[in-house]
Amino acid sequence: MTLDQLPVLVILIPLLTAPLIVLIRTPAVVRLMAIAAAAASAFCAAMLVARVGEPISYHMGGWTPGIGIELRATKASAFVLALVTGIATVALLLGTRGTRLDVRGTSDRSDATGGQRSREHLYYAAFLTCLVGLCGMVITGDAFNVFVFLEISSLSTYALVAMGPRRRAFSAAFNYLVLGTIGGTFVLIGIGLLYQMTGTLNGPAISARIQEIGDPRTLHVAFGFLFVGFAIKLAVFPLHQWLPNAYAESPSAVSSFLAGTATKVIYFQLIRMCLVVFGADYVFGTLHFGSILGPLSLLGMFAGSLAAIYQLSLKRLLAYSSIGQVGYLTLALSLGTEDGLYAGLLHLGAHGVTKTGLFLLASVIIAHVGTDRLASLNGLGKRMPLVAFLFVVGGIGLIGVPGTAGFVSKWALLQAALAGDHLFLAGAILVSSLLAVMYVWRVVEVMYFREPPERAPLRPGYDWGALAPAGLLLGLSIAVGLYSEPICVYMRSAAAQLFAGGGAP
Amino acid sequence: MSPEMLIGAALALPLLAALLVVVFRNQPNLREASTGVIGVATLMCVVALWPLVTSGAAPTLVLVDELLPGVPLAFEVEPLGLLYALVAAGLWPITGMYAAGYMRGHHEKHQTRFFVCFALAIFAALGIAFAENLGTFFLFYEVLTLSTYPLVTHHQTAEARRAGRVYLGILIGTSICFLLLAIAWTGHMAGTLEFRAGGILQGHIAEASVPLLLALFAYGCGKAALMPLHRWLPNAMVAPTPVSALLHAVAVVKAGVFGILKIVVYVFGLDLLTSTEGSVWLMWVASFTIVMGSLVAFTKDNLKARLAYSTIAQLAYIVLGAALATPDGIVGGGLHIATHAVGKITLFFCAGAILVGAHKKNISDMDGLGRTMPFTMGAFLIGSLSIIGLPPMGGSWSKWFLALGAADEHAIFIAILMLSSLLNIGYLIPIPVRGFFFAPKPSHGHEDEHGDDPHDAHREVAADPVGPSQWRPARWPTLREAPLLCVIPLCVTAAGCVALFFFARQFVDLLRPIVGALGGPG
Repeated sequence: MTLDQLPVLVILIPLLTAPLIVLIRTPAVVRLMAIAAAAASAFCAAMLVARVGEPISYHMGGWTPGIGIELRATKASAFVLALVTGIATVALLLGTRGTRLDVRGTSDRSDATGGQRSREHLYYAAFLTCLVGLCGMVITGDAFNVFVFLEISSLSTYALVAMGPRRRAFSAAFNYLVLGTIGGTFVLIGIGLLYQMTGTLNGPAISARIQEIGDPRTLHVAFGFLFVGFAIKLAVFPLHQWLPNAYAESPSAVSSFLAGTATKVIYFQLIRMCLVVFGADYVFGTLHFGSILGPLSLLGMFAGSLAAIYQLSLKRLLAYSSIGQVGYLTLALSLGTEDGLYAGLLHLGAHGVTKTGLFLLASVIIAHVGTDRLASLNGLGKRMPLVAFLFVVGGIGLIGVPGTAGFVSKWALLQAALAGDHLFLAGAILVSSLLAVMYVWRVVEVMYFREPPERAPLRPGYDWGALAPAGLLLGLSIAVGLYSEPICVYMRSAAAQLFAGGGAP
Repeated sequence: MSPEMLIGAALALPLLAALLVVVFRNQPNLREASTGVIGVATLMCVVALWPLVTSGAAPTLVLVDELLPGVPLAFEVEPLGLLYALVAAGLWPITGMYAAGYMRGHHEKHQTRFFVCFALAIFAALGIAFAENLGTFFLFYEVLTLSTYPLVTHHQTAEARRAGRVYLGILIGTSICFLLLAIAWTGHMAGTLEFRAGGILQGHIAEASVPLLLALFAYGCGKAALMPLHRWLPNAMVAPTPVSALLHAVAVVKAGVFGILKIVVYVFGLDLLTSTEGSVWLMWVASFTIVMGSLVAFTKDNLKARLAYSTIAQLAYIVLGAALATPDGIVGGGLHIATHAVGKITLFFCAGAILVGAHKKNISDMDGLGRTMPFTMGAFLIGSLSIIGLPPMGGSWSKWFLALGAADEHAIFIAILMLSSLLNIGYLIPIPVRGFFFAPKPSHGHEDEHGDDPHDAHREVAADPVGPSQWRPARWPTLREAPLLCVIPLCVTAAGCVALFFFARQFVDLLRPIVGALGGPG
């Protein structure tokens, strides 16, 4: 049955389309191919969400796990897959309606250089490859495979970031390359140590072996390496240096895509590492991981949001805000409870959707104003009322005002903190929300209270290719904010499934 | 119509008004007329709910099963909420009419945005009034904050932006840091967020936590402007006067104190507060706010600023009533929501009319204004008397019940109430006195022509109030009132102050059941 092949189709479709794009090259065609591939992949992921109950185990090539590679679709991983592929589809729509794609060596730029061949196909190929990497990481049940897909996504991300419109994109990409490679190496060392200790690379199998071998020092070291590796890629507070530049300098579509997906996928890896591979009892009971991750998360929440207040450009502001939001995610995990995990998964979705919407709006603004410097956005509320209004909607979603998805997840996080008798943490979560009010309102004041500049014409019309998806995503956030029941029920069971060890046999 | 439909209609109509305002943005007459007509229709829906509530029914409307896990987006009409809704919906069409006159007379810009946000704010106020649980309450509480922000910053000047920052900073800040925490904590302890007669916390909360939780709620409802978190209210006075009138004297600030009252009655329950004495500290904070608010009001020469501090003091009456947690205190607090609303909106209408008609903001410039604006100044006098609490104005009843509520155990607060009445006389009555009995100062244009001399001359006149010119004006100047659309509403609300004195009984009977259910001496 084709339906049984869904887990592999999600990664297979973009994986096969990417090389085809490199061969075909014609910009108009490859653009459609990329969108179609991402959309097909998203469709498969959505089907998976609808079908998954008990974890679906898919054996690659028919080889049994242990020898071959196993793909595992749990409720949580299916959701993350749907999020990633959905956001990829939306981000690919950007630049399809004749506006600037913001990618070095494409569209209007290639005309200026006269006859230089468009490199648009390379952009789309890299984009799809990155999608393959992210999806692969989520769905694979094999530890080494996680590393492989991590590298696939990382390498293509470096290329994508370097395609940014400004020359600074190169240094941003290089920074990310160095830090990302260190992170990847740490992950590899961790996996190597795990393999040495357990003799298997299959996630659930490792988990089973760890229960038997007790608590040797090597296991601590493996955990440490894995955590630091993922923490770099996740931009956990002191290891976040690469993120602001990478998000701010990359092409608009890429930053929209990465902001909603890259850190989320890594977060999911961290969850699986803690709960499926090592097991909650070991991680939170024996290693007291929560007392490391918790303070780091708090620092990230405050430092990221504080830094966001002082940024001078929109994309950097959003990027620092992401660092703060990652703090919420890791804080939720650090509670080490099912309630916390549930809150973390909810926030993963809520923040992914909201932040992508905001980055899409930022790219619309860049396309029309020519820059995202806050000083140039004076009076945008008058010049682009719809965009400015949507930005406010997204902004209150980031703050977590009731009626938005951000509130649903923040509420869950509060409840989780209170359930663990952490009244202090609950207070900290709320106080840090105030910082979000400050950075969002800085933008609002710029857009609504400053007079628009006399000169500096706008490009006419709206880029609906970006605006419609942004509106859709932010509308989704409001819809979830007002009617959260289905998503909450789904996430509750997803969290329960993960907490029980991902349905390990 | 069924009760559910009535609730739905009361909530949907303001939204419809907002929509119509946008549709008719190019036809100002049609735009304002739609606000007025829908305002009256909304009021009728709310009034139609009254007999249902007095007959003991609790009309309920569930819009969404789960806003949050276990928390529906639901509405239930109970007496306190009905009263608040009545105040908000009843004063809306009147303010709409006044706003039409004011905004045009004052040549304000962005009138469409103004009326849209106004309608949205009323929508939020009604949502707060009818909220069935703390989750719904919080949702609409934030909608109210955000929808009034564009109104506060209406002029989009640097001053408005600064005021807007304070407004949003304090209101959003307290609601997120304190109110949301309190709600989450309550939900964690009680397992429900429902407003339930007798409270939901009884038996679930440690005695030592009661004052802390109450503090989170009392300061979380930052709209109640309890000192020291009151700064936003005087700042919000940069808004056009109709906004100050309806929102910052009625809907917004009352949302805060209404929230505190409702939380005391339906979340804590009076028994819990009286048995643990967890609210005694709040009585003192409220008393402090009452006295300090009145004292600061003395220092303000700007009329709207003085009224703002007066509002802060009057709001604390209601908080005091809630903190007393006696049946009479709750009834008095609830009643004060209505009586203060009508009185204070009259005063703000007058302040705006004076601004539009005579272009005066400062009290010291208002000498003799009663001769050119007798209706406005007369209404101001009536409103002042109601705020002070003198018969035959509605305000006397609410103060009476508050005093009764304090009489049993905390009689000291009766003294505070009486002291406050004296202070009210001190800062309110001089304004109509100046208006009616003082000689008008030479106009500014006059002064400019004549240089310094007349300036000194008028100082002498002011220093010698029993000069012959005081009592025998050469001739009464012709009336120079504000536009009719401004004057009619303020006369209506002034008449309302008197009417409330005679019809207070109905409101008391409406409120009694919520405290009578506890078996206290009703």
